Amino acid sequence: MLIKQLPTFKKSALALALAAGTAMAAGTTQASDVEVLHWWTSGGEARAANVLKELLEAEGYGWQDFAVAGGGGETAMTVLKSRAMSGNPPSAAQIKGPEIQEWGELGLLGDLNEVADAEGWNDLLPEIVADIMRYDGQYVAVPANVHRVNWLWANPDVLEAAGVEMPTTLDELFAAGEAIREAGFVPLAHGGQSWQDATVFESVVLGSQGTEFYQQALVELDPEALGGEQMVAALEDFKRLRELMDEGMPGRDWNIATAMVIEGVAGFQLMGDWAKGEFTAAGLTAGEDYLCAAAPGTEDAFTFNIDSLAMFRVTDDAEREAQHTLARLVLEPTFQEAFNLAKGSIPARPDLDMSEFDSCAQQSLADFQRTADEGGLVPSMAHGMAVRADVQGAIFDVVTNYFNDADMPAEEAAQRMVSAAEAASF
Amino acid sequence: MSETTTRTALRPTVSGRLQAWLPRLVLAPSVAVSLFFVYGFMLWTFVLSLTSSRMLPSYDFVGFGQYARLMANERWWVASTNLMIFGALFIIICLVLGALLAMLLDQKIRQEGALRTVYLYPMALSFIVTGVVWKWLLNPQLGIQAMVRSWGFESFEFDWIVDPDMAVYTLVIAAVWQASGFVMALFLAGLRGIDDSIVKAAQLDGASLPRIYWRVVMPCLRPVVFSAVMILAHIAIKSFDLVVALTGGGPGYATDLPATFMYTHAFNRAQIGLGSASAMLMLGGVLAILIPYLYSELRSRKHG
Repeated sequence: MLIKQLPTFKKSALALALAAGTAMAAGTTQASDVEVLHWWTSGGEARAANVLKELLEAEGYGWQDFAVAGGGGETAMTVLKSRAMSGNPPSAAQIKGPEIQEWGELGLLGDLNEVADAEGWNDLLPEIVADIMRYDGQYVAVPANVHRVNWLWANPDVLEAAGVEMPTTLDELFAAGEAIREAGFVPLAHGGQSWQDATVFESVVLGSQGTEFYQQALVELDPEALGGEQMVAALEDFKRLRELMDEGMPGRDWNIATAMVIEGVAGFQLMGDWAKGEFTAAGLTAGEDYLCAAAPGTEDAFTFNIDSLAMFRVTDDAEREAQHTLARLVLEPTFQEAFNLAKGSIPARPDLDMSEFDSCAQQSLADFQRTADEGGLVPSMAHGMAVRADVQGAIFDVVTNYFNDADMPAEEAAQRMVSAAEAASF
Repeated sequence: MSETTTRTALRPTVSGRLQAWLPRLVLAPSVAVSLFFVYGFMLWTFVLSLTSSRMLPSYDFVGFGQYARLMANERWWVASTNLMIFGALFIIICLVLGALLAMLLDQKIRQEGALRTVYLYPMALSFIVTGVVWKWLLNPQLGIQAMVRSWGFESFEFDWIVDPDMAVYTLVIAAVWQASGFVMALFLAGLRGIDDSIVKAAQLDGASLPRIYWRVVMPCLRPVVFSAVMILAHIAIKSFDLVVALTGGGPGYATDLPATFMYTHAFNRAQIGLGSASAMLMLGGVLAILIPYLYSELRSRKHG
């Protein structure tokens, strides 16, 4: 009986093997194709990525889409790691911040100097941005956009009902918050997830202690700054913000918090400019139906979060050519404009015509240029632009634990911050 | 003549040999696959836990350094303590509730099939669904608290999910809601398997119903308790999706469990070495509890 079944089993095994073979053959890329791993999967983002695909196809190259859904890109990164480990990385991947350096150290990235020289990237990009795109002095990645993280969003009707103006300092924010609460609204909409806690925290550090301190503490991880009095003061301000939030915030997603501002339940939200996508989707106009301003106390600073595409090392000449074309196209005005209009961010090159963009984006770009010249441009810690993922995670733990623990004194949190920065590096 | 005899003599041996070998041949691939993918990867995880691997695995050995870091990591202790609390409460409450429900259902009531389905149904949902449902139910501004307050009990408070000290118990509530019906089904099957005559004999001896259950029925259910504990224990240790959906590990990281700790560190925070060390400790914890239990249960059954 069993023996009789064997041939069928053999046949189906053969069929399986064949199917796997064809699937693999279909999966391999043509030499002149670029395979791009990204997580631009939400409506606007996908449309924006499609612009790049069309531009690339117009130049005669194929685009192999390798989109992995998942907001912060954790899933995409896991997929990328497994692909890289099996020796088959895509030709380009959405990698950002210090992670570019880590991939560079692994020797997996190819250089883009040829394109960068031809296109004059050095003059085009602010130095601090260009630095992030380079590993060991060579361009290995190209920026697609710049997000500003230190934004304060507001509902003008709520502000009017409470009789307050847009706050420009933390003290004004606390005062305005009190008035809004008395008028019967939630002053500050927030989602209690560790990255959102950290987003608010870094804006408070910046607003309360300034750019120089931010740079020392959250970028250079100077133990004296991390554990010092200034940090304690910033932490205390941060904890005070909790009084402006509602009790339903733990675990809430950021877009639900934004919806609270849109619906007029809450007055303010501290969130990066991706929140604009929510306002736009609700059919609101910047400056009229909703207000935007730099987070209180940070009008001379700009915490940036840059999406970039890093290029993996390829051996095939045709493939490299396709890769270089992709890199050139990403920084060209056509893509920068279309992509950033769809995504709510601003172009990575400051020389573009901004008339198509809304007032918030225009202000953002103006601030970007101004702070780049004046030294107020700082990388966002909460969004993986400032420190390595493990250090960032350890700081997140301290921040979120302190924020949620009613009994932890700020001094203890500052001390933990120091040991987090030390313990994470191995 | 001689040819035919050898042939008839050989024939049974060939097919006999084949018959003896066939099961092994058929099983061999699955044995090889599980050796490689289960035990091989366990070994690999152990090797990785001895290295300084960060974003990708590397083989730069640092001894037990990652374990030392783990021991010094406050979040790991929160996660481990949470697992103790969650695991113990989850298993005990599920067993008690499941056994009670089964005993009540076993009283030859009408519509038993329908009732059984009602209780068993939560098990058909994934923990993600359970987590999301309970997340809304427990949300103080939308769920139970808001509802009771709207009935006029203004001072009613049920905000465990936003309270770092109580949030871990919300995991217990959701998990018990999900799994107790399943335990009930196990117990019900066990109860139906008990010989009526023993119970009748006890009744003739004048034992009260609670006493019969306690002294006669429960001891017969020992194997059921054993399987229920095994299944519940592994659900507790594996719990990952429930935390992700219900609390996201929050507030802060107050409801982190070792599984979520391991995932976060190994995959999101580029600390594969540390993540592997935590995975090995999880495995160690499971073995430390299960081996003695398995040993005593299986041995006592064989001899007793």
